[in-house]
Amino acid sequence: MDDLKQIKHLFSRAGFGMRFDEVPAFSNVPVKQAVKSLLNSTDDALLPIPTDTDYTAAMKGDAASRKMFMQQQRQEEKDLNMAWMDKMMNTHAVLQEKMTLFWHNHFACRSNKAFFAQQLNNIQRSNALGSFRTMLFQVAEAPAMLQFLNNQQNQKNHPNENFAREVMELFTLGRGNYTEADVKESARAFTGYGFNKDGEFVIRKFFHDDDQKTFLGKTGNFTGEDILNMLLEKKETAHFICSKLYKYLVNEVPDAAHVNAMADVFYTSNYEIKPLLEYVFTADWFYDEKNTGNLVKSPVDFLVGLSRQFYITYDRPEVLLQFQKVLGQVLFYPPNVAGWPGGRNWIDSSSLMYRLKIPSTLLNGGLIDFEGKTDPEDEAYIATQRNAQQFVTNRVQSSVDWDKVFSGVPKNASNASIAGFILQPKVNNVILNKINSAADTKAMMIELVSTPEYQLC
Amino acid sequence: MDRRHFLKNTALASGALMVPAFLKPFEALGKSELRGHKNLVIIQLSGGNDGLNTIVPYGNDIYYQKRSTIAINKNDIVKLNDVQGFNPSLSALKEIYDQGWMSIINSVGYPNPDRSHFRSMDIWQTGSESNQFLTTGWIGRYLDSNCQTCSKPYTAIEVDDTLSLAMKGAKMKGIAVQDPGKLYQTTREPFFKDLVHEHSADNLSEDNLGYLYKTMIETYSSAEYIQNTSKTYTVNSEYPATQLGNQLKTVSKFINSGLQTRIYYVSLSGFDTHVRQQDQQARQLKIYGDAVAAFIKDLKQSGKLDDTLVMTFSEFGRRVEQNASNGTDHGTANNILIYGGKLKKAGFYNEAPDLSQLDNGDLKYQVDFRDVYATLLDKWLNVNNGQILTKSFAGLNFV
Repeated sequence: MDDLKQIKHLFSRAGFGMRFDEVPAFSNVPVKQAVKSLLNSTDDALLPIPTDTDYTAAMKGDAASRKMFMQQQRQEEKDLNMAWMDKMMNTHAVLQEKMTLFWHNHFACRSNKAFFAQQLNNIQRSNALGSFRTMLFQVAEAPAMLQFLNNQQNQKNHPNENFAREVMELFTLGRGNYTEADVKESARAFTGYGFNKDGEFVIRKFFHDDDQKTFLGKTGNFTGEDILNMLLEKKETAHFICSKLYKYLVNEVPDAAHVNAMADVFYTSNYEIKPLLEYVFTADWFYDEKNTGNLVKSPVDFLVGLSRQFYITYDRPEVLLQFQKVLGQVLFYPPNVAGWPGGRNWIDSSSLMYRLKIPSTLLNGGLIDFEGKTDPEDEAYIATQRNAQQFVTNRVQSSVDWDKVFSGVPKNASNASIAGFILQPKVNNVILNKINSAADTKAMMIELVSTPEYQLC
Repeated sequence: MDRRHFLKNTALASGALMVPAFLKPFEALGKSELRGHKNLVIIQLSGGNDGLNTIVPYGNDIYYQKRSTIAINKNDIVKLNDVQGFNPSLSALKEIYDQGWMSIINSVGYPNPDRSHFRSMDIWQTGSESNQFLTTGWIGRYLDSNCQTCSKPYTAIEVDDTLSLAMKGAKMKGIAVQDPGKLYQTTREPFFKDLVHEHSADNLSEDNLGYLYKTMIETYSSAEYIQNTSKTYTVNSEYPATQLGNQLKTVSKFINSGLQTRIYYVSLSGFDTHVRQQDQQARQLKIYGDAVAAFIKDLKQSGKLDDTLVMTFSEFGRRVEQNASNGTDHGTANNILIYGGKLKKAGFYNEAPDLSQLDNGDLKYQVDFRDVYATLLDKWLNVNNGQILTKSFAGLNFV
């Protein structure tokens, strides 16, 4: 594979795809250098929600003010979602955002307070390319997570095991590497972990059980922090994270040897994420044919990638919320604490049809211009679509900067090379034949992003 | 396009001389498969419907003690026996009950119940234990089991825009069809038609690209089969003009037109009654009762009721005692309502819920919901429930 092809593959995994106008900057750049520039690119925190609204005051008010508060809460949730989509669509720090998305799924959480959700999101962002150790500690103290996993109800003599269990099962060791007794004991260590009305972490000493606990074979007067340290001491934690990361970045089927090697790097670096990513992105096997063009894009990946490729701006960003819903991934709303399963789980009859139609809806008012052989039924169909085009465009209110898109395409680029650039999987003859009869480059591009191939990265 | 013309195009384009099995018109199936087969209709009430105000234990004083303002007045209740009766909003179902087409199972739940909507709904849809996270649904795994009657992509249809987890298997999934005409239209986009008809054999590999093409092709042919079959039947019975009414009318159309589908799934939400329960629940129960009554009578009239079983559930019931907002909070066990023409035990399947032996204010379950699923799988769908559920369940005797 030549360097540019490798870099395009790198961008589709470490970012949200490569755009035509990014090619010149990477034309003669060695892959190692492209990796370094991705690792060193960072951006600011996401802060669309300025302050936390006073929950208790609003809930004590009358029915009207309660209703207004609920509406404000819902609006904040929407604002947070749209702000993150916007950031992903416009940032230069693509790897940081792609990894924030990974940690968003790993530390899956739901909160009805957008301010807390935002706080957790920024913990994941600021540590996305930093230290997993630091991130784990900060997540364990985040109000959103403490609330979601009921740790406020975890008290001395009245333990609630949910938090302790998920920390072990889903965030660190993974199933099978601890016992039920370990769960019970560590729950005691986390008693008293809570937060105040300002969203600040506090340890409620009165609720904390500071007696001896036995955890993973050791006994002591362990605190929550001690538990987290002990979990990180186990290499199984490094292995568990690396296995998930492999499925996210490389292949749904983990290669045992590669994952073990990743775990070595991660563990010996004391859970630093940059060396781990650099190891993966510079490994030969990362660029193996069987690891390219084979991952199903997550709904967010798909929407962000499409928006970046075509410089789409949204006068009605709510449309992205609707698309997230029908495709099965709403940011800040994982189905449960185990996150989104991903892979083929994204695809069923209805979500696939939506994925195949969304590009033309956003780019061309729902019309896929068709120049092939048509029968009367087809022509009637196309006529209806043409008539509905303005209506769809008015509903969706998205604009495409076609000039910017075309200016990035090399002057004498063949259709095959354009297709090969836009699509990650190999372009077969059926598609090539189709696009060769397209009326113009714009029509051709719309067809290309409406293929099943476009759903893979 | 007639069959010969179609075959010619496919052969030329792909160079293959054999038409892949799933592209053959479905009329080619043996006529024997068209003989009356059994239909299962699942109706999901989302939000945690308050079972105690649905099938009201009016004969138990504790009910009135715990619900000073939201209990249903004895005089308003549509009495079914000495202990329990319908919320008056379900009056349309009295006729159904009297005909022996309804069976009510009390106190259905599971060990270590979860009171989170998402979590409990996942547990019900995947048939998992309370501490398990499964990524496939129980109906999806039924589709995966590759049994005689569940090998077609349209074997399970959800009348909705998106597909629930319940319908997703590891290999096979149900199909979401809110409106068969609309789905058909969507798949007839000339560009997609071409991709379907001209794809090469390479596209159908086992990898993810192959999976996408397979799904696209199956959706394309299922949409055509569903539309062309169902449009031959017009539903003449009256249905209420509600979304659930329309969805059940669509199911009736599918069943009566002879679709080879075995399982239908529909949902009605709005049952999370934390505040001012009586009004909100009354509205939703009326929508439910009126639509289901119309559906059952329609199927009786067209001779399909004996071959149809309907099961209604919710992800949990609600607490016995009312809260401070004239509502109730998330609880545990709930009733399941079964409808059909050939029920083994019409009326009440088991005793009314015990309101004195509670678990921290919540009902204790008497029947594990997996036993209900097991009954449906073993006796109605003719598969071994142990292969679909996390282990073998004994099942019940309502059918």
